[in-house]
Amino acid sequence: MADLRNNFVGIKSPNPFWLASAPPTDKAYNVERAFKAGWGGVVWKTLGEEGPPVVNVNGPRYGAIWGADRRLLGLNNIELITDRDLYTNLREMKQVKMNWPDRALIASIMVPCEEESWKAILPLVEETGADGIELNFGCPHGMSERGMGAAVGQVPEYIEMVVRWCKQYTRMPVITKLTPNITDIRKPARAAKSGGTDAVSLINTINSIVSVDLDNFAPNPTVGGKGTHGGYCGPAVKPIALNMVAEIARDPETYGLPISGIGGVTTWRDAAEFLVLGAGNVQVCTAAMTYGFKIVQEMITGLSSWMDAKGHRTLDDICGRAVPNVTDWQYLNLNYIAKAHIDQDACIKCGRCHIACEDTSHQAITQFVDGVRHFEVMEDECVGCNLCVNVCPVENCITMVGLEPGTLDQRTGKTVDPNYANWTTHPNNPMARQAAE
Amino acid sequence: MGTTQSGIHRGRLTPAEYETNFSDLHPRLDDHEALVAADRCYFCHDAPCMTACPTSIDIPLFIRQISTGNPVGSAKTIFDQNILGGMCARVCPTETLCEQACVRNTAEHRPVEIGRLQRYATDVAITENQHFYERAARTGKAIAVVGAGPAGLACAHRLAVEGHDVVIFEAREKAGGLNEYGIATYKAVDDFAQREVDYVLAIGGIEVKNGLKLGRDFTLADLTANFDAVFLGMGLGGVNALGAEGENLPGVYDAVDFIAELRQAADKATVPVGRRVVVIGGGMTAIDAAVQAKLLGAEEVTICYRRGKEHMNASPFEQDLAASKGVMIRHWLRPKRVIARDGQVAGIEMEYTELQDGRLAGTGETGVLTADQIFKAIGQTFEAAGLGALALSGNRIAIDSEGRTSVANVWAGGDCVKAGEDLTVTSVAQGRDAADSINRMLAAGAQPASAVA
Repeated sequence: MADLRNNFVGIKSPNPFWLASAPPTDKAYNVERAFKAGWGGVVWKTLGEEGPPVVNVNGPRYGAIWGADRRLLGLNNIELITDRDLYTNLREMKQVKMNWPDRALIASIMVPCEEESWKAILPLVEETGADGIELNFGCPHGMSERGMGAAVGQVPEYIEMVVRWCKQYTRMPVITKLTPNITDIRKPARAAKSGGTDAVSLINTINSIVSVDLDNFAPNPTVGGKGTHGGYCGPAVKPIALNMVAEIARDPETYGLPISGIGGVTTWRDAAEFLVLGAGNVQVCTAAMTYGFKIVQEMITGLSSWMDAKGHRTLDDICGRAVPNVTDWQYLNLNYIAKAHIDQDACIKCGRCHIACEDTSHQAITQFVDGVRHFEVMEDECVGCNLCVNVCPVENCITMVGLEPGTLDQRTGKTVDPNYANWTTHPNNPMARQAAE
Repeated sequence: MGTTQSGIHRGRLTPAEYETNFSDLHPRLDDHEALVAADRCYFCHDAPCMTACPTSIDIPLFIRQISTGNPVGSAKTIFDQNILGGMCARVCPTETLCEQACVRNTAEHRPVEIGRLQRYATDVAITENQHFYERAARTGKAIAVVGAGPAGLACAHRLAVEGHDVVIFEAREKAGGLNEYGIATYKAVDDFAQREVDYVLAIGGIEVKNGLKLGRDFTLADLTANFDAVFLGMGLGGVNALGAEGENLPGVYDAVDFIAELRQAADKATVPVGRRVVVIGGGMTAIDAAVQAKLLGAEEVTICYRRGKEHMNASPFEQDLAASKGVMIRHWLRPKRVIARDGQVAGIEMEYTELQDGRLAGTGETGVLTADQIFKAIGQTFEAAGLGALALSGNRIAIDSEGRTSVANVWAGGDCVKAGEDLTVTSVAQGRDAADSINRMLAAGAQPASAVA
């Protein structure tokens, strides 16, 4: 059996699956249920400063997009940080941590961007026995209008400043949660590192209008006739999150900085992808909000089975393994040539590969051969773009097959060059570097 | 209380049993079911289902319209090709047409439920009284249509859309043809056939004259003399004889009459049925009669077909339906003699058959099935009357690829023509295409066509 125990910046948990700071971790009742279901840790829903708590809207807080059979693909929310009293949260956190000493309990915090505010709350959190804190610099709605959340996360100097205060006023590990609503994710990550953060976590939710009510001409969720942008999460955001995690993982300035991966993790496979791209663990929210806490059991067993099958014993064996293979486009091997291949036994003859290629790509797939409906790749036209693979409804029916060096590429009439060659040295590149003499 | 006494009797079941037995075989999908079913469509390119549909309905498009919450637009996609798409959704043997061609069969042996989705969309449009067509400016041309069945209605509708005036001559009391008189009751409940006729006729410009029969009340020559064009779609009027001794005994019925009587009966308890019923035949009519005899409370219903299971015209789905209702289907048996007792049917002597050098022959071995009611369902025949010199082929009206007959300005389609598959949907296609041909002729002011020598 693979060992799934996780040690993230010194915070230990029995598995790398944490619940992200969000409604599922708002109070002891939910968190107790989560731990019973098997979650390795939780990031308690964001605490605000002492005093009257924030209030939420009393109408709809969520919107969604769906795939086939109404499978939830993306969720959007306009909820704020916890709307419960600070001391109620602290009291419950302390009790839960006592009840579940082997699980990770992290406090998410968002207070005004003033040193006194942070200095005031940190000892209160520390007193609960929490394992660490996560700085919420990501919340894109509501709180950002008040100068907190994403309003801080979008200014690297503020990030560095606040992280520095936190490192000064607490011994707890500091995880800085980043907003994706920024052009270059490496900038806030570098700032957090400069401030001394122990780790970053990302992504927080993405600014979004998830849909529009066409009867009332208002964004969803509509509250009394008006809507506002919310934070987008769920399976749909995973590709964006993966890229941002990889960008930080391979940036020389932040290389080695621990990352807690967040964004659309729904299955063990999603989690594994974050881990191999450099995340030390993952945080989950939408999957739990869609299916309930039990879903972690699929994630644990799935990850374990995959690791067993591949001979990976611990998380250290897989974390970051894909990072060296993430590169810039200019370094991709232009001499690598692949062609699509359609498995005729698996083909159900829906014709989608043909029409996708015919209408929108390279006219490289037949519709009829000898008058019979038959879909086959014409290698002399195929550029290996992979579109047909992506539109085919049958798994593994169409695959990309790399041409062996020395074989003929029927499209270009040239034999496949065994040597690596990229754009930086390509003759068509006006900026091409001369090869060393 | 129900009864199992021998003889042919009405009221064998309780009112509740009649209600259950003759309710909708496949109720309309609800909105959620329709979305789930529609989600399974792959939106194939040049879709095989569409090719398999005799009316070439753009199935991927109409299903996509359902899945995007546009059932009314979906219905228009269907009606553009098949104005009787509502009935076809109920009675088409989809398992041998569109659904057989569905690529999901290859993928997972379960096609998209095209028929039920088509019913969903067309039901929405008809229930909401959504109409999609308006008549063009009147052309002043008048066309006679003989028969208000699927072929005639489809033809008349298309002609009316083009602005022509149409008169339909219908022999029976109601319009609809076999949709009204020949479909098993549980396939088109709630008087759907008449609602559909009303929906089709709402286009305007179509007058239906009931109770007028070609060959009895008027001749084809009368029509050609008074109309710019004629479409013949009167179906099949006759029934094949058993060719067995005693077939005129009381207790021997035509299955088509039984099916019609049942459809027209407001209270199914008034329709009598035997205790032991034998149905002779192997097509849809045999199945419809047998299943409904069973549903009326017959204790024992047996279909006897002279060839093997694989030769039956009834689809495997229909055969399974019959079996599920408790109908016994026996093969390689042909009727030899109807046996009477006290002047009533008491049984039927059947002879075993086999293929000898590819030809069907009796083996000489016989057996007797006890029966107090026998239905003949061995095919219908075309009754040529009042057609003058109109050319026939294979005992039905000869037509060319556009539906033109041998007589100038006379078209034909549906079951009365050769080349028909005797399906509602094929009749619709032929009626529609004949209308297009008629319209081309009228529009061009062309010479009358006479394609079949």
